[in-house]
Amino acid sequence: MYPAAFDYHAPSSVKEALELLGKHKDDAKLLAGGHSLIPMMKLRLAQPKHLIDLRKVPGLSGIKQDGNMLAIGAMTTHWEVESSALVKSKLAVLSETAALIGDPAVRNRGTVGGSIAHADPAADYPAAMIALGAEMVCEGAKGRRTVKVDDWFKGLMTTAVGEDEILVEVRVPVLPASSGAAYLKFPHPASRFAVVGVAAAVTLDGKGMCSKASVGVTGAGTKAIRAKGVEAGCAGKKLDAAAIEAAASKAAEGVDVQADLQGSVEYKSHLCRVFAKRALTEAVKRAGG
Amino acid sequence: MATVASDRLFGKSIKRREDPRFITGRGQYVDDVKIPGMTYAAFVRSPHAHARIRKIDTAAAMRHPGVVAIFTGKDMTGVNSLPCGWDLRKEKNVPGVVQDLAMVPHMPLTSDAARHVGDPVAVVIADSHEAAIDGAEKVQVDWEPLPAVTVTERAAASGAPKLHDGAPGNVAFKWEIGDRAATDAAFKTAGAVTVKKRIVNQRLVANAMEPRACLARFDDATGELTLWVTSQNPHVHRLLMCAFVLGIPEHKVRVIAPDVGGGFGSKIFLYNEEVVCSWVSRRLKRPVRWTASRSEAYLTDAHGRDHVTDAEIALGRDGKILGLRVKTTANLGAYLSTFAPAVPTFLYGTLLNGVYAIPAIHCEVTGVFSNTTAVDAYRGAGRPEACYVVERIVEAGARAAGMDVADLRKKNFIPKFSGAFQTQVAVVYDSGDYGAAWDRMLQMLDYRKFRAEQEAARKQGRLLGIGFSAYIEACSIAPSKLVGALGAGAGLYESGKVRVHPTGMVTVYTGSHSHGQGHETTFAQIVADKLGIPIEQVEIVHGDTGSIPFGMGTYGSRSASVGGTAILMSLNKVIEKGKRIAAHLLEASPKDIDFSGGQFQVKGVPGKAVPFGAVSLTAYIPHNFPEGVEPGLEETSFYDPSNFCFPFGAHACVVEVDRDTGNVKILRYLAVDDVGNVINPMIVDGMVHGGIAQGVGQALCEGAVYDGQSGQLVTGTMMDYALPKADMLPMYETDRTVTPTPVNPMGVKGAGETGTIAATPAVVNAVVDALAPLGVDHIEEMPMTAQRVWKIIQGAKGAR
Ligand SMILES: Cc1cc2nc3c(=O)[nH]c(=O)nc-3n(C[C@H](O)[C@H](O)[C@H](O)COP(=O)(O)OP(=O)(O)OC[C@H]3O[C@@H](n4cnc5c(N)ncnc54)[C@H](O)[C@@H]3O)c2cc1C
Repeated sequence: MYPAAFDYHAPSSVKEALELLGKHKDDAKLLAGGHSLIPMMKLRLAQPKHLIDLRKVPGLSGIKQDGNMLAIGAMTTHWEVESSALVKSKLAVLSETAALIGDPAVRNRGTVGGSIAHADPAADYPAAMIALGAEMVCEGAKGRRTVKVDDWFKGLMTTAVGEDEILVEVRVPVLPASSGAAYLKFPHPASRFAVVGVAAAVTLDGKGMCSKASVGVTGAGTKAIRAKGVEAGCAGKKLDAAAIEAAASKAAEGVDVQADLQGSVEYKSHLCRVFAKRALTEAVKRAGG
Repeated sequence: MATVASDRLFGKSIKRREDPRFITGRGQYVDDVKIPGMTYAAFVRSPHAHARIRKIDTAAAMRHPGVVAIFTGKDMTGVNSLPCGWDLRKEKNVPGVVQDLAMVPHMPLTSDAARHVGDPVAVVIADSHEAAIDGAEKVQVDWEPLPAVTVTERAAASGAPKLHDGAPGNVAFKWEIGDRAATDAAFKTAGAVTVKKRIVNQRLVANAMEPRACLARFDDATGELTLWVTSQNPHVHRLLMCAFVLGIPEHKVRVIAPDVGGGFGSKIFLYNEEVVCSWVSRRLKRPVRWTASRSEAYLTDAHGRDHVTDAEIALGRDGKILGLRVKTTANLGAYLSTFAPAVPTFLYGTLLNGVYAIPAIHCEVTGVFSNTTAVDAYRGAGRPEACYVVERIVEAGARAAGMDVADLRKKNFIPKFSGAFQTQVAVVYDSGDYGAAWDRMLQMLDYRKFRAEQEAARKQGRLLGIGFSAYIEACSIAPSKLVGALGAGAGLYESGKVRVHPTGMVTVYTGSHSHGQGHETTFAQIVADKLGIPIEQVEIVHGDTGSIPFGMGTYGSRSASVGGTAILMSLNKVIEKGKRIAAHLLEASPKDIDFSGGQFQVKGVPGKAVPFGAVSLTAYIPHNFPEGVEPGLEETSFYDPSNFCFPFGAHACVVEVDRDTGNVKILRYLAVDDVGNVINPMIVDGMVHGGIAQGVGQALCEGAVYDGQSGQLVTGTMMDYALPKADMLPMYETDRTVTPTPVNPMGVKGAGETGTIAATPAVVNAVVDALAPLGVDHIEEMPMTAQRVWKIIQGAKGAR
């Protein structure tokens, strides 16, 4: 299908983009990689009158280290995250997560910012961002503000970004010593989005006990969430197979599981537990446990 | 001037000559054809599965900038229903008809009611594609939604919403084949083990890479209509459109099917859009084009399969098959597509004998209408459904009898034969050596070793399984006289014209149509070999009724065996004529002339010879020419085979099931196929590989799903409908046995559909085998998504 008619703008600065956004308000949509927005426009599920393309805005893409954080520009593509030597050495799990998104065409176009701002319930990054404790930097007319990941995902395809704001950067802390993280997903057989995806990050103390576990679940519900029950189940424990199994059994708690062709509530809840177990097992292994 | 080729090309894997054009984006597809003054069509389609049309208001749409005209069904006066080309009626003496086919109308634009989501009700013609689509969104249809039925087993149930006045109870036809009494008796044999299973063959969408498209241009000055269309059989398109639907003179219509990006059957049929664009072009005297969006393709390309079957097998104590009883309901969708009634009858029931000596078979089929997209031939068409039933019920029988699934098959194979094997379901097989293909496959597999590994894996709790499929396929369906007696409205011969140019270059016009098959290579190999000229001097032309003799097109794996033979017959005629010309030049008698290696030579006198090129030149500059011979060197043949060809083979699949998720992973896939003599092994390998992928797709992930309440197609995009992907497939292990067919002179059978037919039951059988330790002995439904398998594991009595 062809999208409905729209006007196209290619601002050359964040300021200009913000002005356009302020001017056209609800009638405008920011365009990043276009791999969520354009399909919706082609099906005419979205019919923005103005597209504000961020691709010509300098400074919005690239990955750099800033203290104990990796600062990832919103317009950085999935492929850049997947292939970045910096990400691979400092936060391999993020590179692995990016590598599981769609196919090479999608990864070469789609952006981190687009994915996080779009907040598709089956997107991959959200689980990893929750597990890693990321922060989102938004810029508006009044300047920048930072939103913690736990305050970011508000509901089905809604986030904390204001209508007059642009997500400019995603900041992800690198893992402390004796930590490991993993993201594993059960892909949709057609789209490869996550039917269920679980990211787990664990830190072990000197005695091999879990001092911190952080777990994000995506796919099953209307938005990605933190699996607090799993985290609590891990804290202070020696994470052997039995402990992991017990903790993972809480993975579907708090998830508003949605039934569809890919799975009933029962099956998807089960997958949450299976993938929580697998992600935790891998994370613990990587943490040296 | 023609030179002489050295190597024999039959049997050589030469690279496809058409590929450089395709892979560098220089193919010419229908949508690439641009002509001045073109208008664009967009169809207004039903959003409802079933709804009466109260009123269509086009006023707002007409005001949309760029919109040229809008037509509804009511405007198309004098236009007839799209025809169904296969007539199952008792009065036609079609064998097996229990209840006459209900020939329900299928108007190009429906004006009384819409009967499936996507049913077209109006067309908007505009100066641009965008304006046409925007205009179509502004057409207001006043719908009165009606209750709908989409589910195969419910379509003909009492109380189901009625689709057509002419089809009470939504029954399209009832048909049977085989011997009911003998089958009943077989099931009563003392000591027989009998097993009955429900076997569902789900609905599939063809998903050709290129969506359907057409461009109609009416030339007011000459009164000629040219239709570019994504067709597998341009002459059939022309005939049906001219003679049955629009009533326009056939000789004034030219149908061109240029490069076509895949069909899998879905581009055989005459569709609403092509007819409407042709009609509109005549009416507006402007070219009209339409190209389907992928979403439209899902809603309107003929779907495939959709059978629900109860199958029963009876086995003797010795493991010999005694009888097979099959009862199938076939969902035909909302209307009768062009060849729809043939698929679940003569292309299905006639294959239920499989590769086994089965003394008694009976099969009953009920075709039903439902509020879904019409169903017709899809790669394999009827034969995959038959093979699926046979190969699943044979395994279920073996399990019930406590016999090894491989041993039981081997015990029941029809012994090697050539010439004729009379089945219990009408058809006569041409040649077969089923045991040879089977043994080769088992050897490649190392079956006993696998069973030992499986035993060890099971001890560790792993779910490893193997599945087999010993398939038979019927291709190049013929002769015309026979198919006519079975209800076909068409003949099933093929045409081949060979035009030798003065310089000895050759153009071949074939009625076959290549939409991925590689005819430009395979056919050229036949020609180059036969005439002893380099392949570069041979051009293959297809897909244009303006230049090729009337032909039947490509489907049912018929191109090499029927189309290729027609070309061969013309080549023989060319050589015969060439001999007469050469004899004159060499001052010898034509019967003393041999033709080989591109040379006409007096037998036994090597020096006395003229090359092919000299003869062709003489044919067109006939200064020194034999008496009574016409100038020129061009021959046409029509080949109507005496029988079908029956390829066969043995496939095996090894899977591992993830106990936790239900996910099925294919570890090995083995295929030993016998397609008769092979012209280009690489192309046949490609056919087999792609076919297996499609078969695996049906087994594991594909399936058109309609919402039971709303009748909406839930899997209407590529984000929802799961096609098989490369990473789901292992490296195939393939081989061939060669049992030439006696039916045609080249001994070639057909390779287009074998993989699709064989793979699906092999994969499902493997999953059943993997789950056997849990007490699972059957799986009713496909695709075997992870969820479905997981649920089966949960429900199994042996599950942890
Ligand atoms: C075939 C296919 C398969 C896919 N598979 C997966 C998968 O497996 N896993 C997965 O996670 N994703 C998948 N995706 C989605 C893909 O990752 C998208 O690229 C991503 O979801 C959106 O990023 P984008 O840059 O393309 O954003 P766009 O499509 O351009 O924009 C998406 C939305 O975000 C808004 N937006 C974009 N950038 C910003 C910004 N900086 N600030 C504020 N708002 C912004 C836009 O206005 C729009 O509403 C798939 C997509 C396709 C087409």
